[in-house]
Amino acid sequence: MLSKIPRRRIIFALLVVLAVSVLAPHGTRAQAPRVINITAQRFEFIPNQVTLKKGETVKFVLTSKDVTHGFFLKPLKIDEIIQPGKTTEVTVTPQTAGTFLLICDHFCGVNHAAMNMKVIVE
Amino acid sequence: MKDLDRRSFLKISGSALGIGVLYQVAPLASAEASETVRLLGLKSGEAVTPFSFIQLSDAHVGFNGPPDPLGTKAFERAVEMVNALPQQPDLVLFTGDLTHDTEDKDVHAQRMKSFREIAGRLKTKKLMCVPGEHDAGLDGGALFRDNFGPSNYSFDHRGVHFIALDNVSRAKPEVGPEQLAWLKKDLARFSKSAPIVVFTHRPLFDLKPEWEWFTSDGDEVLNALAGYENVTVLYGHIHTDHHHEENHIRHIAARSLIFAFPDPSAAVKKPYPFDKDQPFKHLGIRIANVAPKQPIAVQDVELTLREFSGLNGIQQMLKSLQL
Repeated sequence: MLSKIPRRRIIFALLVVLAVSVLAPHGTRAQAPRVINITAQRFEFIPNQVTLKKGETVKFVLTSKDVTHGFFLKPLKIDEIIQPGKTTEVTVTPQTAGTFLLICDHFCGVNHAAMNMKVIVE
Repeated sequence: MKDLDRRSFLKISGSALGIGVLYQVAPLASAEASETVRLLGLKSGEAVTPFSFIQLSDAHVGFNGPPDPLGTKAFERAVEMVNALPQQPDLVLFTGDLTHDTEDKDVHAQRMKSFREIAGRLKTKKLMCVPGEHDAGLDGGALFRDNFGPSNYSFDHRGVHFIALDNVSRAKPEVGPEQLAWLKKDLARFSKSAPIVVFTHRPLFDLKPEWEWFTSDGDEVLNALAGYENVTVLYGHIHTDHHHEENHIRHIAARSLIFAFPDPSAAVKKPYPFDKDQPFKHLGIRIANVAPKQPIAVQDVELTLREFSGLNGIQQMLKSLQL
C-alpha cells in the first residue's frame, strides 16, 4: 500500500508533521501563564498580596516551609493543599474584577485564623 | 389522614439571656393542635411536650488580653443568669470553642478543666457540647473526647431529635464522609415530620467563606436534612447572632461569651473594641420568638449584666421586654 503513494507526497507529509511538532510548542510557550510563587508558613503567605488581571491566566506555584496549609479562594475556585516538601501548582483565569481574601483553610496552629492573603483582580 | 404541617404545631420561642439563647419548645394549646401533637407522636415516636433549653457558645476559656480582658467573666455571668431563670431549662447546648487553644497540651487541658468547673455550676446538669476549632484543631479533638466522649452523637428529648455534628476535628472545615454516613443512618429512622435540632460549631452554609465561616461539605449535610420539614441548625463560631433560612432549614448563630464580631456584612473581620463602661456590650440580650409559618421575631436589648443580675434582674429584664 505504502509503496503506491508517491514519495514526494510522503516527504511533504513528514515535513508537515515535523513543522507542527517543532513550531506548535514554540507558540504555546509564547502564551505560557505568568507564574506566581507563593510560600506558606505559619501564619502567613509570602507575598501576602498579589495583583492579577481579569482574563489573564496565571499559575500559582505553592510551597510550605513548615506544616500543611490550605490555599482556598472560593470565588476563583481555588481549593488546594500545600504540603511541606512538595510543590503544588494551580492555574486560574479570573473573570471577575475585585478584591478577594484567600485563606488557609487547613488548620495549622493557634493563629491559623489570621493566615490569609489579598488577591486583587483588576 | 389529615395532612400534617409539622411547623403548624411546633412552637419554638427563643430568648437570649445575657449571652445565650433560651429556646422553648411547646405544642400549641388548641384542641386541634393537641390532635396534631397526638398524631405526630404516633408518627415520630415520643410526642413533643413543653420544655426549654439554652444555647451557649464560644467561651474561649483561657483567652487573655485584648480585645476582651475579662476572661471567663461573661461565661460565669451567663451561668448565673441561667441558674436564676424561674423555670430551669432541660438542657444546655454548648456550640463549640469551650476553650482557647494553646500549643501547651497541659495548659489546654487545664483550660478544659476550668470550663467544666464553671459549666458545672449550672443547675441544669444535662450539658451537651460540640467542639470548636479552638478545642479540637491542634489534636484532632482528642482533648474534647477525653472530657465529653464522642464529638458527634444524637439523642431524643421530649419528642425532639437532637444531632451534634463535629465540623472542626478534621484539618479542613468539614464533617467528613464517615460522619455524613452516620448522619444519614441516624436520620433514616425518623419521619419527615420529626422535629430536628442540629447543633454544631461552624455554619453549615456559606455564610462568609473568606472568613472561614462555612463548612466545606455543609451542602451534603443540608442535602441529607433537606427532606425533613422541621429542622433548626444552631451554631456558634461567628461571635454574633445571625439568622438565615434556606430550603425550610433555619440556621441560627448564638452570641459568644467573649469578644464579639460584627455582622458578616462588615468589610473587615475585627472584634468590637472593649468598652469598659459596657463590658458585655454585644453580649447582651436577644429574645427570639418563632411562631408557626412566621419568621423568627428577634428582640435584642443592650444591657449590662451588672444591672440585670440574679433573679431580680431576670424579672426586671422580662418586665422591660413586656414578656
